Amino acid sequence: MAVTNSLSNSLPADRLAFLNDVYNSAISAKRRQTLIDLVVLLISVLVAGFVAEVRPVTFFENAFRFFSYFGRIFTLETGASVFSDPREWFWGINKWLVLLWETIVIAYVGTLLGAVFGFILCFLASANLVSNAWIRLSAKRFLELCRTVPDLVFALIFVTSFGLGPLPGVLAIAIHTMGALGKLFSEVVENISMHPVEGVTAAGGSWTQTVRFAVVPQVMSNFLSYTLLRFEINVRGAAVMGFVGAGGIGQDLVEAIRKFYYSDVSALLILIIATVMLIDAVTERVRHIVIGLDEAK
Amino acid sequence: MMSSRAKILVDEQAVKARHGAVYKAGKRQTMTMFLLVIALLLGLILGLGSLNIKWETVLSGFGKLGDFMYFMLPPSTGTWTKFGVYAYALAETLAIALLGVLLAALLAFPFGFLAAKNVVPNWLIHFFTRRFLDSVRGVDELIWALIWVGVVGLGPFAGVLALVCANFGAFGKLFSEAIEVADKRPIEGVVSSGGDGAQRIAFGIIPQIFPVIAGQVLYYFESNTRSATIIGIVGAGGIGLHLVEQIRTLEYQHVSAIILMILVLVAAIDYLSTRLRFAIIGNSNMVH
Repeated sequence: MAVTNSLSNSLPADRLAFLNDVYNSAISAKRRQTLIDLVVLLISVLVAGFVAEVRPVTFFENAFRFFSYFGRIFTLETGASVFSDPREWFWGINKWLVLLWETIVIAYVGTLLGAVFGFILCFLASANLVSNAWIRLSAKRFLELCRTVPDLVFALIFVTSFGLGPLPGVLAIAIHTMGALGKLFSEVVENISMHPVEGVTAAGGSWTQTVRFAVVPQVMSNFLSYTLLRFEINVRGAAVMGFVGAGGIGQDLVEAIRKFYYSDVSALLILIIATVMLIDAVTERVRHIVIGLDEAK
Repeated sequence: MMSSRAKILVDEQAVKARHGAVYKAGKRQTMTMFLLVIALLLGLILGLGSLNIKWETVLSGFGKLGDFMYFMLPPSTGTWTKFGVYAYALAETLAIALLGVLLAALLAFPFGFLAAKNVVPNWLIHFFTRRFLDSVRGVDELIWALIWVGVVGLGPFAGVLALVCANFGAFGKLFSEAIEVADKRPIEGVVSSGGDGAQRIAFGIIPQIFPVIAGQVLYYFESNTRSATIIGIVGAGGIGLHLVEQIRTLEYQHVSAIILMILVLVAAIDYLSTRLRFAIIGNSNMVH
């Protein structure tokens, strides 16, 4: 792609050729690099395609099922469209609303517990507050472990020790949240202004007093904002906790999908999506209020 | 010797009288914080109450958990053959994440433009594109995995398709946001030198958003490596299947070995993608 279009009409041919030459030589090195990058990417995609057993033929032969699936989940057992009989479609609404509420509570309690422990640990993992490398690095590694293991894996392990029900879900979310928030929190703490810290230290404050009076006032609004974001994520996470028996609406959803209760699948999905959107909207409002308060200060 | 704190506290009353406003503001803040904490705690207690959690379950559960932790040590896969099986499953996980992210980025690219206000002036189009993307994003990848397992059968391919769907919604939104904040001047430059609509996008917008998009794709590759470890739970390939099996059959040494392998893989990918991200973005200010 060189200089073309309207310019080619208005420029003499030799001038145009000169401009094209300059343009081409200017970008040739970049082009070569792009080509190499693309080849590397292509090779890794081919290898990945082989390992992940990608079968385009199966895909195209069965793709219609994917789309017809969405047709089926919007059809009642009688064969009529779900929209013709909303009462029949949402027949289990009372039970589902209770489960949805349980899902939100699991997310709430898990987020709060995780945030509290993340709050305690984040100061220990911050380089500007803790000079002892052993304490700092072990706090960091511990948070990393909690964050890298997916919450569903924690839930699976907890289900075997605590039994089925919401408790393993709450604990799994709390531990994962502690890891994720602890890291974010400590990054916030590492970026604070050190002047108040020096002030409190100079006035003879202990380590806890330094954290309480010099650090916490600087980071609180950021912490709240991150916690709210995490709450959104955890509501989604809690919705699938039931897949492994850890409470919430997921149990009913996975049953509906596996046992082909088509119209239930669509009803449950709609309820979940609506709840997630509602929670997102509410937390966004609250987050803006928190940020607004901080700026008004 | 007296610390300066003690010196100040000697005539605290006088300091308070002189700087009353400072003390008052602090008090109000403390009050707000106090009320907030009370409200959150109340929510916590009510929440825990409504979940019907019994204390004896908690206590005996932690006891059992302690036992499991004890049995997890040291991590071991038993035989090297088993180690090979797990390593291949990890490679599968990585392949699922890579393909899931790349295909989703390709698919979402045009939708990002459709959902961007500054490219498509027709609000109906970008309104419905956005709601469509929101709904796709609202469905968890595990649910997509279950649906795709029904379509293409058990195996990693279903996992790839599930991640494609989950990432597609997220990428569409992120791309459209990147496009909307693109600088107008290069676009105006292309228009004023006679560029048409396609050229406006190709030379005015894409060079600007490419580093942002590449950064986001790499970031998602990292996080997808983590989520690809769990979609095996519903039979969509990867290490998750083995993890579930070992947890259910109470092979705790295998469980900890697999978790350790996942940690190593994720750390390696994080390192690699951070390096790549810096190489692509350079010093330009990125959100992530």
